[in-house]
Amino acid sequence: MTDTTTASFAPRHAYLALWLPRIEAVVIPLAALISGLLVFSLFLLALGKSPVEFYSLIYKAGFSSGFSWKNTLSRVAPLLFAALCVALPARLGLVVIGGEGAIVLGGLAAGITGAMLIGAPAGIAMLMMVLMSALVGALWIGGVGWMRVKRGVNETIASLLMAYIGIALLNHFVEGPFRDPASLNKPSTAQLPDALRVGDMPIGIEVHWGFGAGVVACILCWFILDKTTIGFAARITGQNIRAAQVQALPVGRLIIGFTAAGGALAALAGFFEVSAIHGAANGSLIAGYGYTGILISFLARHNPLAIIPVAILLAGFEASSGLIQRRMDLPDATILVLQGIVFVILLLSETLYGRLAIFRPSYWRV
Amino acid sequence: MAMSDLTVGFIYVGAKDDFGYNQAHAEGAAAVKALSGVKVIEEENVPETVDVQNTMESMINFDGATLLFPTSFGYFNPHILEIAPKHEDIRFQHCGGLWSADQHPGNVGSYFGYIGMGQYLNGVAAGHASKSKKIGFVAAKPIPQVLLNINAFLLGARSVDPTITCQVIFTGEWSLAVKEAEATNALADQGCDVITCHVDGPKVVMETAAGRDAFVCGYHANQSPLAPEKYLTGAEWNWAEVYTSMIKTVQSGGAVDNFVRGGLQDGFIKMSPLGPAVSDTARNQFEATKAEIMKGGFKVISGPMKDNKGNMIASAGESFAEDDIALESMDYLVEGVLGSTS
Amino acid sequence: MSDPADIGLWGVPLAMLGGAIRVSTPFLFVSLGECLTERSGRMNLGLEGTLIFGAMAGYAAAYHSGSAWFGVLAAGFAGMWFGLFHGWVCRFKGVNDIAMGIALMLLGMGLAFFFGKPYIQPVAPDLPAISLGWWSDIPQVEAALRVNVLFIIGAVLALAMAWMFRATRIGLKVRVVGDSTAAARAIGFNPDLVRLWSTAAGGALAGVGGAYLSLYYPGSWNEGISSGQGLMAIALVIFARWNPINCFWAALLFGGAGALGPALQSVGVSSGYYLFFAAPYILTLILLIATSSPDRALKGAPSELSITK
Repeated sequence: MTDTTTASFAPRHAYLALWLPRIEAVVIPLAALISGLLVFSLFLLALGKSPVEFYSLIYKAGFSSGFSWKNTLSRVAPLLFAALCVALPARLGLVVIGGEGAIVLGGLAAGITGAMLIGAPAGIAMLMMVLMSALVGALWIGGVGWMRVKRGVNETIASLLMAYIGIALLNHFVEGPFRDPASLNKPSTAQLPDALRVGDMPIGIEVHWGFGAGVVACILCWFILDKTTIGFAARITGQNIRAAQVQALPVGRLIIGFTAAGGALAALAGFFEVSAIHGAANGSLIAGYGYTGILISFLARHNPLAIIPVAILLAGFEASSGLIQRRMDLPDATILVLQGIVFVILLLSETLYGRLAIFRPSYWRV
Repeated sequence: MAMSDLTVGFIYVGAKDDFGYNQAHAEGAAAVKALSGVKVIEEENVPETVDVQNTMESMINFDGATLLFPTSFGYFNPHILEIAPKHEDIRFQHCGGLWSADQHPGNVGSYFGYIGMGQYLNGVAAGHASKSKKIGFVAAKPIPQVLLNINAFLLGARSVDPTITCQVIFTGEWSLAVKEAEATNALADQGCDVITCHVDGPKVVMETAAGRDAFVCGYHANQSPLAPEKYLTGAEWNWAEVYTSMIKTVQSGGAVDNFVRGGLQDGFIKMSPLGPAVSDTARNQFEATKAEIMKGGFKVISGPMKDNKGNMIASAGESFAEDDIALESMDYLVEGVLGSTS
Repeated sequence: MSDPADIGLWGVPLAMLGGAIRVSTPFLFVSLGECLTERSGRMNLGLEGTLIFGAMAGYAAAYHSGSAWFGVLAAGFAGMWFGLFHGWVCRFKGVNDIAMGIALMLLGMGLAFFFGKPYIQPVAPDLPAISLGWWSDIPQVEAALRVNVLFIIGAVLALAMAWMFRATRIGLKVRVVGDSTAAARAIGFNPDLVRLWSTAAGGALAGVGGAYLSLYYPGSWNEGISSGQGLMAIALVIFARWNPINCFWAALLFGGAGALGPALQSVGVSSGYYLFFAAPYILTLILLIATSSPDRALKGAPSELSITK
């Protein structure tokens, strides 16, 4: 073999080695998504319903017009933050499933702070709302990380228990000490003035700034995880905690830091719900976004960038639920079945990574 | 042709066959479906979040609905108030809200019924049936609509025997089956022998209470099939009547008032048929009280009366009739109710 | 039935005893099922979905057949299929059992709600109860000791499972597979097969737990029938250190603590009830912190379990 052939082969091989995994990471989930939709079509056919009608209704309600995009995107903001609360600790190999607690308490903190600062300069009051909200969320989920580090308490259970406790605290404070007497049949904290309400983004459809903030948060998290030494240290820890300890990585601080960051982000979902949607903290904060966030993060393989399209897709499914109930006479749980089937098949497809010859550089070396 | 243009949307916060709040509304919607020239669309299990805003707009944009009945209290503020100003030619009829002309859009209306009077009648039946002189109430949350029902239930029972007390247990949620069952058991353990409730779906309370050999009074809808022997009577919504009359008004080009309230005499509420356990004496007093309420303006709270913390809520000669708007911001439990509002 | 006695404050411990017996059974069945599954080295977070599907399937089967026990069988059978599916797909390389559990939780709930709509209204027959309080003439004591047969079966099952792990060949197989896949292979056990059946049995038990909810207490089918009992039961397994007998005590404790809130209100302790309602969660968390330690993080944990690796 001469030098020239080696030289001409090397860049081609490097090129393939770089791009084939990336193509694989797009093709496999897409194929799985399509398979999931096909399996669900069989389910519909077995019930005597038309899959074509079903999917065209999803397109119509979720993605076809200005209103349908609003219908979809207005649901996305809390899902992005909730998914990040799962994805960040997941990088360290931790399974945190209690983001719901940070969401409701973050919303509560924002509502109370806003109510106490009515009359203060709006900019400062708004900033305080964000900070207090993030602080409470960071303490709540960071506390889970702290218990893990200091006491060896399993973070999955601890976060789940803390979610139930957080919901109880929200109900207690909203209906007790911080209840606005004017909130008659829907106990809430005091109504926020317009100056403390987050508005819509100037993109032509009514979607509040929480969506933009969520997208930015996803990009930032991706950058930190993929492009910084902290992210690198986290990945080592996630792969093998003992190896990380041997290399003197600050495993304890990483765990507490990542869980706290996840909690702060989840709390922002609560902040935006209160400031952009409800105008006060109340029981409507308990909407299950935290649990949908788990689903999204796992579907996105805990990749913050992938969280964005996955969240939009799931929101689009949910946006079409009503139209499907009304037009096809199917129950509201239909979307849950669809999500379940798609989720199962996407997770099954994980077994294909590295197995298909077509994604190996050797396959192309003809 | 023009008649068939009316599309009406009903939105429920829970399942529309829950034997309770949502079923009562769905029964009303079913009656509307039977009218000619009306198309009814429905959506159930819609949470009080941005979801309901999207559902309302989806019904308007995709189905051409021009009249909406978002039936859960929590849909009002901020959700209806957010959407209504953007759709001025659409009418939003909301159940339970306190609409006022100077604060709220003109295309929003609110309606509600004096169901507390139904609970008063429940109390009359309960007062006769109770041997232990302790009756029980499983309540979701301490909000005005619920507090009025609890108070009315006790006051009805006290019109039979002024020594009766009513134990209340709050479950904290509108729908939480196991906790409702536990609350019912705790009431039975304390000797309450007639039990009613104000939760979204009373099925669990009715079945559990009957299983503990207590009598039950229904709420929202007719639950007598769940406990035929133990069911005394029940306070039911009569939305079929209310909704058909509203739709007919709209169809004939008339305007529905923005603020509608009605009671037993207006057909907004009705009582379940009395069960087999109701004695003749009880029946007589029940019918007499019902006739009194049917005259309208029934004084459910009349002084002198204290709350259960000893504060005066109505001095001698002072009274609050069923249509007194002050009752819709009730924040106390009357003397004789064991429980607290926070 | 005699008139209820005025038992006053005694109502609280009595309600906790009664509540422990009434509420604990679903926790007991799901946690025993998960205990078996996890001892074989596999997690199944999907049992919440299996529980709900079991509740629906059991109620529907009991309604159509007129027999509550047939409903229990149907629920167990349905649960077994969820378990079999989970056990089967998790053997593939790269399939994460925690994530798959969450997916199956969603799918189980979705299918239960989807097919359960027609069964919200009908009334199905209830499971019978055995009165263990015949010796008392206080009706509240009698009521508290009205014990469902499934509770007794669950208690016996806990003992049997503990014995199985300690003294039988099947128990040994499950433990070896749970502790080391490689060692299991070396002595001729088939880890995939053991895990498949451990997961299937776990699913069947969770289905039976669901049937208890819909056929006995609270005894009806609706979409709010489970308020996370399945998830909590999985948490209780780790709390119980993978010991079936401890699962029994943990389920009793959790059920009893859940009865505290309503019982306290009924004797006049009525403010802050949300905090009392959170008592079971707070109690579990405190006990979890107290019994964990950073050095022996998860004593008794099967070492093949994904959360402990």
